[in-house]
Amino acid sequence: MAKTIEEINAKIRSGKVVVFTAEEIVEVVREQGIKQAVREVDVVTTGTFSPMCSSGAFLNIKQQKQKMKLGGGFATLNGVPAYAGLAAADIYIGATAIPDGDPRNGNGRPGKFRYGGAHVIEELVAGNRVLLKGGAYGTDCYPAKTREQTIGLKDMNDAFLFNPRNCYQNYNVAVNLSDKPIYTYMGKLKPKLGNAYYCSAGQLSPLLNDPHFRTIGIGTRVFFCGAEGYVAWPGTQHNPSAPRLENGTPKTPAGTIALIGDMRQMSAQWLRAVSFTGYGVTLSVAVGVPIPIIDEDILRSVSVTDDQLKAPVVDYSEYYPFGQGEAKLGEVTYQELKSGSIRVKDQEVPTGSFSSYALARKVAHHLKQLIEDGDFLLTQFQAPLPGAVTGKEAA
Amino acid sequence: MKQTKLVFIFPENTVEEPITYNLITNYGVQVNILRASIDPGKQGRMVVELGGEEIQISQALNYLESLGVLVAPLAQKIRHLEDRCTGCTACVPHCPTRALDVDRDSWKVSFDSEKCIVCFSCLETCIYHAMSVEEQFA
Ligand code: SF4
Ligand code: SF4
Repeated sequence: MAKTIEEINAKIRSGKVVVFTAEEIVEVVREQGIKQAVREVDVVTTGTFSPMCSSGAFLNIKQQKQKMKLGGGFATLNGVPAYAGLAAADIYIGATAIPDGDPRNGNGRPGKFRYGGAHVIEELVAGNRVLLKGGAYGTDCYPAKTREQTIGLKDMNDAFLFNPRNCYQNYNVAVNLSDKPIYTYMGKLKPKLGNAYYCSAGQLSPLLNDPHFRTIGIGTRVFFCGAEGYVAWPGTQHNPSAPRLENGTPKTPAGTIALIGDMRQMSAQWLRAVSFTGYGVTLSVAVGVPIPIIDEDILRSVSVTDDQLKAPVVDYSEYYPFGQGEAKLGEVTYQELKSGSIRVKDQEVPTGSFSSYALARKVAHHLKQLIEDGDFLLTQFQAPLPGAVTGKEAA
Repeated sequence: MKQTKLVFIFPENTVEEPITYNLITNYGVQVNILRASIDPGKQGRMVVELGGEEIQISQALNYLESLGVLVAPLAQKIRHLEDRCTGCTACVPHCPTRALDVDRDSWKVSFDSEKCIVCFSCLETCIYHAMSVEEQFA
């Protein structure tokens, strides 16, 4: 018997809702079986905490008495350039922006990238103030030409994260086949398969638990860095037609979502600036997506475990950057990745991750608690993501 | 009698000599190996405490230098800032001595300073600014 979002929300309001995390549900289904569990369980929570480069913040900065048009001028925050090609007071600061004059990759040395847009965002969310410097050409209605002032979220009318691409449904496992170390967005890779990096929460990852986007669509409310955020749009590079396993999950990077949420509701506990040596600055964000258990098929999807999820091993010395060399280095399961080593070309390769499973778990538990306490209601999406399988035919 | 903590850095092709044995028998110094990470054919590191008279120690160091071994004072200490650590495990495959290790049930990453040979790998690989160096003024 299918359950509706309204029925689930009624149970949340009355405090009778039954929620498990995507980890806990595995045991529940094993004990009770799908038929029994689908009647019992209303919501399964997912979580992830991971670097997501396609992130940034729209800020609308309150005008001073003498007004200024930043649009068409320039703005920096703590020296980090923001995009000012919008209206008079709107700017966008991207997570990966870095100050002019930052020592980058030079003289054969990998840059450290200690400070950038992500750090500005983290400081603002943490309640700190940053130095705004603005320049404009001045107009009759916006006469001010320069502005220098420390500002925090209180000095803004609006501040929201708008991340064009988050929550990649699966990701590459990066290795290095060459004979020198390389510095990539997938970390420092030692020569000759010296190590491998992966970046997904696997069985807790939001889109891997709803592989056909049956319940996650445009307008879905999510936990976003401590705030109630929303899926605003399919994420950039969203690719629903990636090859899939029999359980419906993609074997390569596939779906993505664009997320939006109010920075004032966020907490620095759930959002962290990161520095990749030799690569750059980016932002790690916490996202938790609640999955309504509307039928048996979706319950099967959320019961997926790390041993049933596979990721492709990709060489980042030749194949990724230049599109040449060995393309297929095989597939590994998340269970193997999380064990600490995988086998590639008959070699034992130690693994590490940038996505924090500990924090993914914390996100899923936190969202579970919010729902149990009646503080988080589910939404019916307003439009499906491209490639969504919404009818009965879903695997 | 003087005690000093040093880091020996062995180049990839150090001659095959029983270095520790020679230090003790030929130079009369006490050698206490605190940590070592030595793989044949690769650069190696050893953290040792040398004890002896000033002159013995300096002769011992001359001997090491003649072999191409770099000697540096152990002046720095690595710290793991637990409140900044996310347990992501990015540092784990780069730590040569498992001073940084993860419990794969709780996904908590722990740091054992006893095992740390101050190789700085984790400073380069931790993206969350959770590892730091502390100068020691001993
Ligand atoms: S410096 Fe860091 S990587 Fe090197 S041994 Fe110490 S803890 Fe491990
Ligand atoms: S890389 Fe940094 S944040 Fe990640 S586990 Fe190691 S110390 Fe903690």
